[in-house]
Amino acid sequence: MTHSGGYTADPRIRWQEWLPWVAALACFFLLPEYLSLGARILIYILFALSLDLILGYTGIITLGHSAFFGLGAYVAGILGAKAGITDPFLQLAAAALAAAALGAVTGAVILRTRGLTLLMLTLAITSILLEIANKASWLTGGADGLSGVRVDPILGQFRFDLFGKTAFLYCLATLFVGWWLLRRLIYSPFGAMLTGLRENTVRMHAVGAPVYRRLVLVYTLSATMAGVAGALLTQTNQFVGLNVLGFEPSGELLVMLILGGVGRLYGAFVGPVAYLVAQDFLAKQFPEYWYFGIGALLVVVIMFARGGIVGIADSVLARLRRTP
Amino acid sequence: MRAALETRGLCKSFGALTVAQNIDFRLDAGARHALIGPNGAGKTTFVNMLMGALAPSAGRILLGGEDVTRAPQAERVKRGLGRTFQITTLFRNLPVLDNVALGVAERRGVARRMWRPAAEHREVRDESLELLATLGLAEDAAARVGGLPYGKQRLVEIAIALGLRPKVLLLDEPAAGVPSHDSGRILQVLDELPGDIAILIIEHDMDVVFRFARRITVLVQGEILIEGTPEEIAADRRVHQVYLGEGQHA
Repeated sequence: MTHSGGYTADPRIRWQEWLPWVAALACFFLLPEYLSLGARILIYILFALSLDLILGYTGIITLGHSAFFGLGAYVAGILGAKAGITDPFLQLAAAALAAAALGAVTGAVILRTRGLTLLMLTLAITSILLEIANKASWLTGGADGLSGVRVDPILGQFRFDLFGKTAFLYCLATLFVGWWLLRRLIYSPFGAMLTGLRENTVRMHAVGAPVYRRLVLVYTLSATMAGVAGALLTQTNQFVGLNVLGFEPSGELLVMLILGGVGRLYGAFVGPVAYLVAQDFLAKQFPEYWYFGIGALLVVVIMFARGGIVGIADSVLARLRRTP
Repeated sequence: MRAALETRGLCKSFGALTVAQNIDFRLDAGARHALIGPNGAGKTTFVNMLMGALAPSAGRILLGGEDVTRAPQAERVKRGLGRTFQITTLFRNLPVLDNVALGVAERRGVARRMWRPAAEHREVRDESLELLATLGLAEDAAARVGGLPYGKQRLVEIAIALGLRPKVLLLDEPAAGVPSHDSGRILQVLDELPGDIAILIIEHDMDVVFRFARRITVLVQGEILIEGTPEEIAADRRVHQVYLGEGQHA
């Protein structure tokens, strides 16, 4: 299933689409010692979904998506550590708003450009934010990061515990909402319009679409989602550091999405799982060489399987169906 | 009568190169008008200025009597200006139906809806299917447009434009590159276009021009050389010289 949306696509949720959620709940009960890694994966899935919306569905290439993730992370962190605003949903909402505002403003400036220029501008924006976070240490903790971020128990009941149980379920619930909204968006006329922008902007102009305004709008929506993901990271770690901004988290996210499969919705699920699990295990086994493994995998995917892991699974399933 | 489309003193130059010079042009409702001229005469530049893809250096463009010289493309389309492209410009990886539906959705103001699934917007689907059926493309609705034969792709170009319900339609070489056994179908479609649409066709094929057009404008080096009925154009000596080649009169 490519989940490309459109006027001919059946929007009903298929049974396979429940598998990630079943798997996540199974992990919760069966792998209690891996819940903090699990929460991190869930956060990155949300982040990857937000990237897939603009990269996979709309065709906006970016190396600066960490700008929104990082801003969301710092907004939640500053509220919890400095401003005494410790309500988790308030922190999420503030992070979402801040990221949306940044998305709208920077999008309005840079989305008049395309291709390599756009790529460089997105990178410049997140690099600028990284430098600000580094220099404004009175607010952000600078290179030491911001620790002691306080977050109230979820719904006044569920405290963030040492084993990451609350964090995992909290992230899972947020991801579920994000996935559901995004899925609706992709199957809506707006989603169909986004694939039109990806396929041919000249034609979109000619059918009367205000292309630039639409690009800014979708960029803002995507930024909002990335901001929420960033806030989740701060809330579950009760810490935020400089590693949420700049080129590295953007590039890492891009690698995850390409591994999983771009523009397929569930590539954003598979990619972070594959990448972060591999990172966790390989980094323990081969602390110096594990990046080589990821790099080799990426080369193989790009050369032989442009649809990523989900694309491979799709073609295998299609072949199985053809041979009874 | 108010012109459906009018230009007054339209000019365009890139540095020292002038590609449109003082073009006064008028298209009435229901017109069947052809724009011809040798390669590089500025025909496509003229269309791009009309559409708003290119800003003129001077002059005015009036659509339905209102000045749209500075209006963005989306605004002109909303006011009833549609076009097809000389080089097929489709959503290659999308189904034929979606190619038409994206335009229909824009016209109906549905394209920004983010909640109800696109497939459940029956009004867009049905209208698009109906349009495809009138062009004989109903069976191809679910096929990927990039996989269709070229002749059918040219028909999809026309279908997309018609989905915008244009008052003025600019056809930029609608039959270009189509093998001759398929071009008959395109000509038939052109003949059957709704009579109230003002149509400007840009075409190299003189058979198409003289069959379709009731008025012809000849553009040479960015300037209008002559405008008239097909008979007048066919009889004009200057047209033969600059357009059909001086060799014939040597």
